[in-house]
Amino acid sequence: MTMLKIDNLQANVADKPILKGLSLEINPGEIHAIMGPNGAGKSTLGYTLGGRPGYEVTGGSVEFAGQNLLDLEPHERAAAGLFLGFQYPVEIPGVSFVQFLREAANAQRKGRGEEPYSGGEFLKLAKEKAGLLKMDMDMLKRAVNVGFSGGEKKRAEMVQMGILDPKLAILDETDSGLDIDALRICGEGINSIMRAPDKAVLLITHYQRLLDYVKPDFVHVLAGGRIVKSGGPELAHQLEDEGYEAVVA
Amino acid sequence: MSEVAALPTRKDEDFRYSDIDALGTLWPVAREEIAVADGAEDTLQIVLDDSEAIARHIAISVGKGATFDLRVLSAGPTYGRIALDVTLAEDADFTLGAAQLATGTETLEIVTDVHHTGPNATSAQVVRTVLADHATGTYLGRIAVARGADGTDAEQSVRAMLLDRTATANARPELEIFADDVKAAHGCAVGELDADGLFYLMSRGLPPAEAKRLMLQAFIAEAFTGAPDEEALSEAALVRLGTLVETGL
Ligand SMILES: Nc1ncnc2c1ncn2[C@@H]1O[C@H](COP(=O)(O)OP(=O)(O)OP(=O)(O)O)[C@@H](O)[C@H]1O
Ligand SMILES: [Mg+2]
Repeated sequence: MTMLKIDNLQANVADKPILKGLSLEINPGEIHAIMGPNGAGKSTLGYTLGGRPGYEVTGGSVEFAGQNLLDLEPHERAAAGLFLGFQYPVEIPGVSFVQFLREAANAQRKGRGEEPYSGGEFLKLAKEKAGLLKMDMDMLKRAVNVGFSGGEKKRAEMVQMGILDPKLAILDETDSGLDIDALRICGEGINSIMRAPDKAVLLITHYQRLLDYVKPDFVHVLAGGRIVKSGGPELAHQLEDEGYEAVVA
Repeated sequence: MSEVAALPTRKDEDFRYSDIDALGTLWPVAREEIAVADGAEDTLQIVLDDSEAIARHIAISVGKGATFDLRVLSAGPTYGRIALDVTLAEDADFTLGAAQLATGTETLEIVTDVHHTGPNATSAQVVRTVLADHATGTYLGRIAVARGADGTDAEQSVRAMLLDRTATANARPELEIFADDVKAAHGCAVGELDADGLFYLMSRGLPPAEAKRLMLQAFIAEAFTGAPDEEALSEAALVRLGTLVETGL
């Protein structure tokens, strides 16, 4: 069964059409990369799929694991197995990472009819995932993203993904802001968390460098609110060599 | 005073935002006296968690080198008024940490009049107000630094959060300084919950009410930081915040 089926999706932001008939299908076990010029609508796609207020769907449909995704509230989308890695993770003063993540994980489990994690179980899980991303557990005791460097925020996104264990991860420029070592650690983290026959990833990126670690099965070019070209991994190399204008024209 | 003072009207500055009808049922309000002896340390916690209307007027005199730590949680009364007259002698220290949490048509107010009468005394007031539905929350805070009260350090941090546009927050800081070398920092702000933060929490699986509660818990935390019974106050506040986010419009 298809995991995510986006059909002719149209969405407005502040009354301005940004997604203009975008179609894309993702099957379990696949890794897709979306590349495209600044302002093309890549983050808008992620936010629209995540259900962010202000992103108004004006046409088309999105099916996720057999459900109408667009009918669900953001937290229900998460419980259904969707994870959105933010291009700009939000700082939330005074709210501790571990407290929030435990409540979030347990809310998701409740939504799926599963038993909540005990405090001990959760800490063990958090420690394991932080270790995977080589992140100091002390950072997770701090307020959500507050005072984190750009790269630390991205790494923390991956720790959250590890803890929440989604079916589909949409990762918006997870590689931007990462140093060379962190890029490798995050790439390997994505593989270890998400490379599975029943999971899928949609990577939004500008560069080949992340794709060297997380090898995509398909690469798409998003421009002007639509997928204008799709291909295999070689398309990313071609884009890097020749630029969007030459490839898309 | 043998004479009973007349019921104030809204023309009286200190009662400008009061629920005069409710106040009428409580009038006259007897003045309570607290005297902290020179060099002594005292604390008081006032928790208003009953729905009955209540008004208290407390005069606090903090002696030479003495400290007084007062925490207020106003979370329940249909009308709740706490008026404080505080007098600080030389080297005295006064702390007020207060949270007012209201919904429905509740009216909560805190009115403080802090007099620095001797040199080098310190006062810090942290007031956090969260309002849902048609509630009204008011903080009127006057600080008077008398001639000769040099070296005074008076701090006021006043913030209100509106969960619904139909709620009303009033804040009026007032400073009268007749001394030298005085540090007086005050700021007041009225805001709404950060929409980006809320979406971030929801995208991880937290239902909207829980996401709001978590952010509000962080918002009021500072009022109870360092309180002798910080945990009990925070717990009680959290319960009330749960009601606020659920009764909000
Ligand atoms: N709140 C908003 N109001 C008006 N226009 C907006 C708003 N948010 C986004 N847009 C516009 O929508 C378009 C798509 O933005 P989006 O963030 O999806 O681009 P992107 O492909 O992710 O770009 P980048 O590669 O720079 O991250 C841009 O033209 C942007 O200016
Ligand atoms: Mg973007």
